[in-house]
This record gives sequence, C-alpha cells and structure tokens, in this order.
Amino acid sequence: MLKGKGIPIFITFLVGMIMIVSFFIPHKPFGDIEKISLNWYSIIAGFTMLLGVDSLIGMHFRKVKRKDENWFFSLVLIFGFVATVVVGIIETVRFGTAFDDKSYFTYIYNYFIVPLQTTMFSLLAFFIASAAYRAFRARNFDATLLLITAIIVMLGRVPLGEQISPYLPKFTEWIMQVPQMAAKRGIGLGISLGALGVSIRIILGIERSYLS
Amino acid sequence: MLKKTLLLIFLVFSVFLFSQENDSLIFLENQNPFLDFKLTGNDIPNDGGGGIQINWCFPDSLGNWFLTVLRRDDSNNLMVVATDLLVSSMQVRDVSSEEEPSRVKDNTNYYYTGILSQNMINEQFLNKLISNGSEYLKNGTYIFGNDTFYITGETEAIVSKSSWFNLSRIPVLVSLIIIAFVFLYYLNLAKSGKDLYIRKINGLDAVEEAVGRSTEMGKPIMYILGIGYVTDIPTIAGLTILGRVAKKVADYETRILVPSYDPVVMTTAQEVVKEAFTEAGRPDLYNKNDIMYITQDQFGYAAGVDGMMMREKPGAVFLQGLFFAESLILAETGHSIGAIQISGTTETAQLPFFVAACDYTLIGEEMMAASVYLQKEPMMLGSIAAEDLLKVFIMFLIIIGFVLSVLGYGFKIEVLKSVFDWLINLLQV
Repeated sequence: MLKGKGIPIFITFLVGMIMIVSFFIPHKPFGDIEKISLNWYSIIAGFTMLLGVDSLIGMHFRKVKRKDENWFFSLVLIFGFVATVVVGIIETVRFGTAFDDKSYFTYIYNYFIVPLQTTMFSLLAFFIASAAYRAFRARNFDATLLLITAIIVMLGRVPLGEQISPYLPKFTEWIMQVPQMAAKRGIGLGISLGALGVSIRIILGIERSYLS
Repeated sequence: MLKKTLLLIFLVFSVFLFSQENDSLIFLENQNPFLDFKLTGNDIPNDGGGGIQINWCFPDSLGNWFLTVLRRDDSNNLMVVATDLLVSSMQVRDVSSEEEPSRVKDNTNYYYTGILSQNMINEQFLNKLISNGSEYLKNGTYIFGNDTFYITGETEAIVSKSSWFNLSRIPVLVSLIIIAFVFLYYLNLAKSGKDLYIRKINGLDAVEEAVGRSTEMGKPIMYILGIGYVTDIPTIAGLTILGRVAKKVADYETRILVPSYDPVVMTTAQEVVKEAFTEAGRPDLYNKNDIMYITQDQFGYAAGVDGMMMREKPGAVFLQGLFFAESLILAETGHSIGAIQISGTTETAQLPFFVAACDYTLIGEEMMAASVYLQKEPMMLGSIAAEDLLKVFIMFLIIIGFVLSVLGYGFKIEVLKSVFDWLINLLQV
C-alpha cells in the first residue's frame, strides 16, 4: 500500500509516464494533456501570486512598523504598489483596459518602470568592463590565451579590425563558429543528458529531494 | 426650365445606371487564364486532428498576386479560410484553435477554392459571393466594379484525421528506449552493490567552506534561484542544492536569505528550507520571512537582490538556477561585497560571466549532478554512470559523422556521402 512519501512518488511517476506517452500520441485526449497541465499551472501560479504579494508587502510593512534601517524606502515601495494597483483598477474601469494610450497606468509603465529597467540593464556595461578586466589579466597560460582570443574577436567585430587586416573578421568568424561552437555544443550535450538524468531520477522516484 | 429639369433627370438616371453597373457581378464561366493554378490539400500528418494544409504552385508572373481561400463542406456551408495571402507564400493551414475549437471537424469532407486577384480582395465582392452560395464558386472570372477576380477549380474532398502515433518522433522513441535500457542497466548494477565513481566537483566541495566562512564572519548566506520557474530543470536542480545548503546552514546555526522571482518557486523554497532545518534538528531557526518574494520583473529582481546584498553583506552567495542578462549584475555585486560565490546554470551564454565573477562555477551538467554528488547514494550514482555512457555513445556518433562527412563530401566518395545523408535523416526529428 502507498503510504507517506509513496503517494507523491506514485503521482509523479504516473504524471511523468502520461506526459511521455502524450508526447508520442497526438490523438485526443493525450494530445491536449500538456496544454491542459500548463493551464492548470497558470491557474495555480495566479493564486500563488497572492502569497508573493503577501510576502513582499508583509516584509516591508514590518520594516516600517519597526522603523528598521532605511524604512523610508519600504514606505516608498508600499506607496508605489498601492498607487499602481489603484490606478490600474481605475483605468481599467475607465478605458476597459489598463494599457490604453491615455491611461495613467500606461504613463506609470512608460515613465517609471521602463526607465528603471533600462537603467538596471545599462549597468551591465560597467559590470562587463570590471569582470572582463579581472578575467583577462594574463596570470597564467589559460588566461593569456583567453585574453588573446578576446582581443582578436573584439577587433574582428568592429570596422577597425578590417582596417588592420581583412583576415581578422574571417578569423573571428572561424573562432566563433568552430572552437567556440564546439565547446558550447559539448556543454549543451552535457546539459541535455543531465536534464534527462534528473527527469528519469524524479520519475522513477530515485531523486526525492523535491519532496522536502 | 424644362430643359434643365430633363438634364437633371438624365444625370440622376445615368449616375444610377453607372452605380448599378459598378456593383453588378459579371461572371465569365470557364474563362480563366490561370487554369493551371490549382489548389491541393491534405490532412496535416501526425497531429491531433482538426487541421488541413492547402498548397499551391504558381508561375512567376503571379508572385505578387493575392489569394483568398474559401472552404465548402458537404452541406454547402461556405467559410473564408484566409484572405489576401501572397501567392508566393505557397501554403496555408486551416486549423482548429483554442478560439475556434471546432473550426475544422475530423472525418468531414472539405473542398477548397481560391480567388486570385491582382489587388487585395474587395470585401463587398466576397460577401456577395458567400451570400449567393456555393454554386457561385465555379471556375471562371468575375468582374466586380473595376476589379477582376479569378476563381480556381475546387479541390477534391479533403478530410482531417487525428493520428494515433506521431511517426516523425520515431527516432525520439528509439533513443528513449536505448536511454531507458542504459539507465535501467546501471541502476541494477548500482543495486547489486558495484562501486561507481563520480569525479570531484570543486564547487560542491566548497559549499561547506562557504557556509563555514560566512558563519565565522557572522554574516548570512544568500541563495539566489534566478529567474526560472518551478517547471524549469535548472530551477529544480537549484532547489535540490538549496536543500543541502540549508541543512549545512542549520548545522552552523546561521541565516539563509532566498530572494525569489516567482511565487511558486518562493513557496517551494520555503518548504525545502523548512524541511532541511527540521532534518538538521533545528526547526526553531527557520524563519519563513527570510525566503521572500521580490518581483517578477527581470531587472527589478536584479535591483532588489543587489540592494539586499549591499545592505545585508552576505558572506556567501549561491547563484544556482536559470539566469539571463541579470547574471553578471548579480555576480559582480556579490564580488564587490567580498562574498565567496558559488554559481551554476545551464545557460551557456551566462557561464563566462559566472566564471569571471564567481569563485566556483558549476558548468551545466555539474549542476544537474549536484544532488547525486551531495548524497552519493548508489542508485543515484548509477544514473550518472548511465549519463556518461550515453555521452560516450554520442561522442562516438559525432566521430563517425565527422569521418563520413570528410570522406564523403571532402574526398567525394559517393557511398560514404549517401551513408552520411542517411545518418543525418535518421537522426533528424
């Protein structure tokens, strides 16, 4: 008889087998199983968003209440959250959708969220520079090889490279298509087999850490 | 006055006549200069039914023309399949969708007709044609206003059917059987007590060092699961490693922070950490609020986690899961606060960033093998050995393919060229 962890392991095995079978049988009802389960997942994920919001607001509310360090920022977050939700509801009632061109919700999105996202993304350029500086320091043979390859690839991708030598862009292309691609595909094969191994271990009930 | 009135009546009458003539539908039966243009159709193979594919060949002169495809069933119900397709597209699919689940019914006869036109279809003409019924859809030419439309001949009855097996996936099935066989063989070997070896993974050996160092410094540990969902394999692998790390954290009586991108991942992570603390005998140390939701916006999440890193200054940062453009933003911030960093992801594009910014990086499959490495159970080791054997098999296939292509295409040996092509076709899905 199934007891304790046996029940979820059996459910996992059953669902795993059904998903494998449905991959090969497009006929109804098998063909729709993946779509149906993804719909179920979306519904469950929708409900768990409430848990997420509860976690976020709860944490910042406690910070404000206890007057923790930087509590003012938590207040800004709570205010921003409430204001966005309220504006979203009002504009949905007004225009039928919150994303109408004249909606204040669209204004918040375009003039608050998008610039903030862009700012964060643009920071990447500086982080790449600092990480590249450390990675390209010629400490040993491997790092020197990396440095030389990086210089060739970078030069080959800008007009200056072609000015130096017409072979530089071609050599860059070769580096990207042959040694780089070979390493990438090797890693890719390992990842695919690893994912397969994890899946089989989970389906067969050998891997149980997800049942914690 | 009479003259003017007569002139006005004449004008109104001519306008009326002209407009009548403009709206009239002139049909010239069997007078179609494009008799060779024919539609053909077939059931879409290997699908779950509810789909028909319509194809056509066209002379170069019709490349920029438009085609509207109509459909008739046995009860003579007409339906527009698609309007104003470029003739050069050569194909259209008539399929049921989520919005129209019974658009194409299985085991029903459908007949398709095309309307060729130099300009986009006139909607008035199309409505008139449909309202007049299927007998108007004869091979010939229609003149409507200033436009000319050429009706193609009707296809034979096409029936949509649901397939019981997707034949295009036979190579996958064969691979699955081989893989299952190899896995079962090694699992049995492991069961019988044979010693199986797993190589050293420095990143996982460093877990204890990282947690210990962080505890000594009196700082918390931060575990970042990336921006994947619980349905992603790297996230599942990340959660597995989290369980082991959390157990060490409980043993060392320190604190673990898990900022999450997805509420489902957050809930799962809470359960994983809670269980690990309970297993370690320290459920009292578990604090649900340390595993918190940040946001489901990629850069918002990066900003939130970075801010938390700068404020909390964790001694060890684990980046295990699915990462994209935010990977380096997180890893560099971790580096700037002097934390020992252990990263792992399956995203090959992000691996160089992690290698550059972190102390240890689990590269792809190492991350998948982490739970096996940390537990070292014989059955789990068996699955790793099976993976390795499959890797050898794939390497063998690559070498064969390389030799065949060099000899077949490089040295132009026809037999080997054919064998290479056959191998490629066999392995293609």
